[in-house]
Amino acid sequence: MIRPELICPAGTPAALKSAVDAGADCVYVGFRDETNARNFPGLNFSRKELEDGIAYAHARGAKVLVAINTFPRAGHPGLWQGAVDDSARLGADAVILADIGLIDYAARTHPDLRLHLSVQAAASNPQAIGFYAERFGVKRVVLPRVLTVPEIAAINQAVAPVETEVFVFGGLCVMAEGRCALSSYATGQSPNMNGVCSPASHVRYVESGKGITSQLAGFTINQFGLNEPAGYPTLCKGRFNANGKTSYLFEEPTSLNTLAMLPDLIKAGVAAFKIEGRQRGRAYVAAVVQAFRQGVDAVMAGQPLPDINLDSITEGGRQTTGAYEKAWR
Amino acid sequence: MTKNDPLSPVRLTLGPVLFNWRPEKLRDFYFRMADESDVDSVCVGEVVCSKRTPFFAPFVPEVVERLQAAGKEVVLSSLALIMSEREAVQARELTQLDGVLVEANDVSVASMMAGRPFVAGPLLNIYNEGTLAYLRDLGAVRACLPAELPGPVMGTLAQTGGIEIEAQCFGRLPLAISARCYHARSRNLAKDGCQYVCAEDPDGMDVDTLDDEAFLAVNGTQTMSYHYLDLLAELAALRGLGINRFRLWPHNVDMVAVAGLYRAVADGLIDSGDAAIRLSELCPKAEFANGYFHGREGHAAIEAEL
Repeated sequence: MIRPELICPAGTPAALKSAVDAGADCVYVGFRDETNARNFPGLNFSRKELEDGIAYAHARGAKVLVAINTFPRAGHPGLWQGAVDDSARLGADAVILADIGLIDYAARTHPDLRLHLSVQAAASNPQAIGFYAERFGVKRVVLPRVLTVPEIAAINQAVAPVETEVFVFGGLCVMAEGRCALSSYATGQSPNMNGVCSPASHVRYVESGKGITSQLAGFTINQFGLNEPAGYPTLCKGRFNANGKTSYLFEEPTSLNTLAMLPDLIKAGVAAFKIEGRQRGRAYVAAVVQAFRQGVDAVMAGQPLPDINLDSITEGGRQTTGAYEKAWR
Repeated sequence: MTKNDPLSPVRLTLGPVLFNWRPEKLRDFYFRMADESDVDSVCVGEVVCSKRTPFFAPFVPEVVERLQAAGKEVVLSSLALIMSEREAVQARELTQLDGVLVEANDVSVASMMAGRPFVAGPLLNIYNEGTLAYLRDLGAVRACLPAELPGPVMGTLAQTGGIEIEAQCFGRLPLAISARCYHARSRNLAKDGCQYVCAEDPDGMDVDTLDDEAFLAVNGTQTMSYHYLDLLAELAALRGLGINRFRLWPHNVDMVAVAGLYRAVADGLIDSGDAAIRLSELCPKAEFANGYFHGREGHAAIEAEL
């Protein structure tokens, strides 16, 4: 059995320290610009903060991965190429890329820089993974959240020694990642082009006598009663009318939690477990990292999984194992 | 004169039918497009859901033959999301056919086509010149660009890419693809037992907000725009950007007439404003948008500058 690395999010230097202290094997971060898919105000790292973060992590045996996983704007590749150059120069352990052109640049310019394929590239089969591995030397692929555990196991059989990484906790894209333009259709800004989905700048909560309506760019995404907490209007987690009824047509407001599935995922040969949430605070990062650290260590030691309740930090208090189980489809 | 020269002739591509139409209806649709339409290229093939593929497969040879006999270039479009071994086998079979161009809508298919001519489909992520150049060197002879790209970005790619660029110009936009079937989910079914309910909506299932504002459309595992893209008024601007190939997504309307309108406007034979009125008559249920071209939200309808 491979002992999977635990890959933890850090949106700030403080969260990086929390993740490392809580037992992360790797921390992933982004620069403070549109080169990464969590381009949110007040988040992410300057070059100096990355340098310091790498020093902190390396001193404690942890690695730092830099996500540069939006798609460079035509005519302006410099911002993205510079992010790759600076990651290499500052000693990042790997960069996480999505765009074919940028991966090609990284492979040619920095042959010693370790390349991971971002989930935003949505490589969902062995042929696609082989394309990135054989042509650019990509060492690890973050799998899109569309695959079942048996499909993941089959991919691992087919692509070894290329490693796979899967999401184990946090926010859940229900569409194949990097292949969704719903956000820009509503707001003009998308994950691929701007590093944001359902951006806060376009969110409004409208109160009426009956309750609160959450809107994204003027479109009603959900409605809540007076005593209900109003959730964030992520486009694909809203309620809509279709086929004569109202429902959470795409997905309920929910969080991915695979703690109970860790033995299956380890058996499937996954090399790394990723926790979503660079936009989350230190407390979230520390709690989730500790839970999964205990979980992975227990499975590897042949012990029963710890019973850890993460309800308080899931979206809407709801959890799902998502596409890992076929019935989700 | 290169293909992206504004003086090049206009080419129209009929995109693949994204919806689940009955196989006989689909066959007859292609026969009519072969016999009567003024399009240059016709895409055939299931893009959205591999469960649909077997039904039309027996009709593909006669459809391809009829289209080719009518002088149309035939393009076989691949699935967009390939997850299972069965889907990978389907894709590989596609790439082993002779005499037709393959449109790759997943990186795996582009990879299988390496060294041979293919079309980079609109569901590949081509956002910049680096990726376009890489795919060109791999064998791509044409690229249909993603829905959300603004006009000037498309122009940059047309002018620097060195291969023919195609712009999506008409129809509901493919916005997202998933492993989950929302058509089945809307009927409280799972994908495995979907009963092919997507066939009930030949133009997709409308998705409205809680205040009944038209918003999106669902086509099985695909999510689309509610609005129909219409770039009739932008065709001249597209040609100015060096883009001369225009994709029309098939809908359950008179596509021969729709193609005729686009041809007439592109050739300067009729005014785009008059054509827009005619298009509304051909698509009485559709609302139109062009926001992405203008660098705005995709659902926006921007008045053309006079």
